Amino acid sequence: MTDTTTTTLSVVTDEPTRLELFRSMLRIRRIEEEIARRYGEQRMRCPVHLSVGQEAAAVGTCSALRPTDQIVSTHRCHGHYLAKGGDLRAMIAELYGKATGCCGGRGGSMHLFDPAAGVLASVPIVGSNVPIGVGAALTAKQRRRPDVAVAFFGDGAFEEGVVHEAANFAGCHRLPMIFVLENNLYSVYTPVDQRQPARAGEQPMAGFAQTHGLAAEHADGNDVVAVHEAMGRAVVRARRGDGPSLLVVDTYRFLEHCGASDDDHLGYRPVGELATWRDRCPVAGTRAALRDAGLLDVATELAMESAIVREIDEAFAAADAAPYPAAHTAMEAVHA
Amino acid sequence: MPDAARQSAPRILDAADAIREGTAQAMRADERVFVMGEGATDPKGVFGTTTGLVQEFGTDRVMEMPVAENGWTGVAIGAALCGQRPILVHQRVEFSLLAMEQLVNNAAKIHYVSGGRHRAPLVVRLVVGRGWGQGPAHSQSLEALFAHIPGLKVAMPSSAADAKGLLLGAVQDDGPVILIEHRWVHYARGHVDPEPIAMPLDGPRQLRSGDDCTVVSTSYMTLEALQAADALAAAGCNVDLFDLRVLRPLKLDAIVASVRRTGRLVTVDTGHATYGIGAEIVARVTAEAFSSLRAAPQRIGLPEHPTPSARTLAEAYYPRSPKIVATIGDVVGMPKAAIDEIVHRLAAERDAVPLDIPHPSFKGPF
Ligand SMILES: Cc1ncc(C[n+]2csc(CCOP(=O)(O)OP(=O)(O)O)c2C)c(N)n1
Ligand SMILES: [Mg+2]
Repeated sequence: MTDTTTTTLSVVTDEPTRLELFRSMLRIRRIEEEIARRYGEQRMRCPVHLSVGQEAAAVGTCSALRPTDQIVSTHRCHGHYLAKGGDLRAMIAELYGKATGCCGGRGGSMHLFDPAAGVLASVPIVGSNVPIGVGAALTAKQRRRPDVAVAFFGDGAFEEGVVHEAANFAGCHRLPMIFVLENNLYSVYTPVDQRQPARAGEQPMAGFAQTHGLAAEHADGNDVVAVHEAMGRAVVRARRGDGPSLLVVDTYRFLEHCGASDDDHLGYRPVGELATWRDRCPVAGTRAALRDAGLLDVATELAMESAIVREIDEAFAAADAAPYPAAHTAMEAVHA
Repeated sequence: MPDAARQSAPRILDAADAIREGTAQAMRADERVFVMGEGATDPKGVFGTTTGLVQEFGTDRVMEMPVAENGWTGVAIGAALCGQRPILVHQRVEFSLLAMEQLVNNAAKIHYVSGGRHRAPLVVRLVVGRGWGQGPAHSQSLEALFAHIPGLKVAMPSSAADAKGLLLGAVQDDGPVILIEHRWVHYARGHVDPEPIAMPLDGPRQLRSGDDCTVVSTSYMTLEALQAADALAAAGCNVDLFDLRVLRPLKLDAIVASVRRTGRLVTVDTGHATYGIGAEIVARVTAEAFSSLRAAPQRIGLPEHPTPSARTLAEAYYPRSPKIVATIGDVVGMPKAAIDEIVHRLAAERDAVPLDIPHPSFKGPF
């Protein structure tokens, strides 16, 4: 568990936590694989942005949070939502456009939220969620709550003015805020080096932290324990009033930007890049590490798998059986 | 190609191809023309409207953009002030909302404020999304926001020929032009002149003639209105159908003249009805042809709530040809049974295929 009492910021991950990090990643992987498998049935009639390959970023960060901490996510929100404890059935139903979805079918896959789990909102306009997250951090400070707020954003969102404006605000007011930058090297099909200048130093995006008065953390985004510990340090600082942090995690998207297929044939990824990153799969890597450490045997993993599969089957069956929202409800809740 | 030969051999393109062809021709003709956009050089090339351009013109003139809309829009305006002629493209209208500040405060006003000395010749292409559950933030048709602003010109093509011609007209214009492309109009097919012929940004095109009612449509809703008009014509009700094409400057002379004759007006546009394009047309036509009106003008537009993702909600959200038939039929006083007969037939045709993808009959050629 994350040690929040220590004054030095060493955060260690104990064995049960490491096992739980693995289970949570495996669960997200299986859920998104199932979405991918069923997407061709054309019954989830909304765009989906899968995070297969990026599970360690979602799980490593959200596992350091409490339900009362708020996260805001992006178009690629499934992993964040699930890792933070968002309700699986409400998510799958939302993808099917059903009345039982978390948005009652109004939002689709890019608008997932779950107040009970502290998933405040997901916003499909790039960068648009980040100041919303800062607003949650401001509220925690104003209401003297011990909560932190987290905004997920990508290397593309890093380019949006509003992200910098929001970070400046959080830095200025020393808010309990953590900016989690998932650098997966691409915005849609465009690599980051076509959109941003070459920057000196080993951590080219860390200058963002310095500019806006944030503490800087960095982790291998496919190493869930490293992400968890870096996030843990940021959370400790935020909770004790030491202000906001930036956490940069380097990771990689395996599937197409939007949709459920492979897209290597499009040729926008350098030859071999996908294979290199697949070799660094966060789920497989964690499994291997746990096996080597003697923490995960085959029977334990099989038990995990079958529980996950059962939960997924139930969620899809429930979504299938649920009603669509009735047309006459469309005008409800336009105004508060 | 001589005119006769051209007519005998129609050259069928879809609107996306027509836009790409027009862009390439404009760039060949004028080295000041260049393209900026997120995805302008990527393998999908903004729904095929920019594919191949970077191969021909290089990355200096077909520029991949960071995800920083207000920033690069301002850069484009600065370049335009210095004599360049940028074409900006956004894959959704919503992404340009981040650039509203530059467009509204600078692009729209700088010519006026400078007493006509500054010029910002800029084309901003925006795509209206629809279908496949895209939901509230990827489907808005916000032309009324742009058309509200003096200093901007706003056009919406509904055919392949217009998509190319209006683009070329916009490139030649010395001020900022917002070109709004409905995603489903990209599939519209029809004859496209191979030559780079710029169409002036000067008003509607009449697509059908009749004395019973005047119908004004925009963008994709023109395709729905055509289907409605033809179904009504088969039942003996003939309408003057105008595709508005250019929303600002708004030129309504032909439409006012038509209403003086028909005494009736129905507008059909892609935006919300309230404070929308139809509202402006009804207001102006009513003011000019009040004494000719024989029925209250009617507007067809989107209902007063955001676009829901779920198909059951989105199906009810978008007006289609049956609704247009019902509205026109009502305005002209057709017997209810006659209206219902057409409405049911059209609705059955439409319901036979999913409603959240473009109907096959709407791909043309028109
Ligand atoms: C303001 C805005 N501009 C453009 C888009 C189109 N868009 C959707 S996702 C995306 C990629 C963003 O890249 P990144 O932030 O790195 O997130 P990733 O997709 O890699 O997770 C873009 C450009 C958008 N949704 N909003
Ligand atoms: Mg990215």
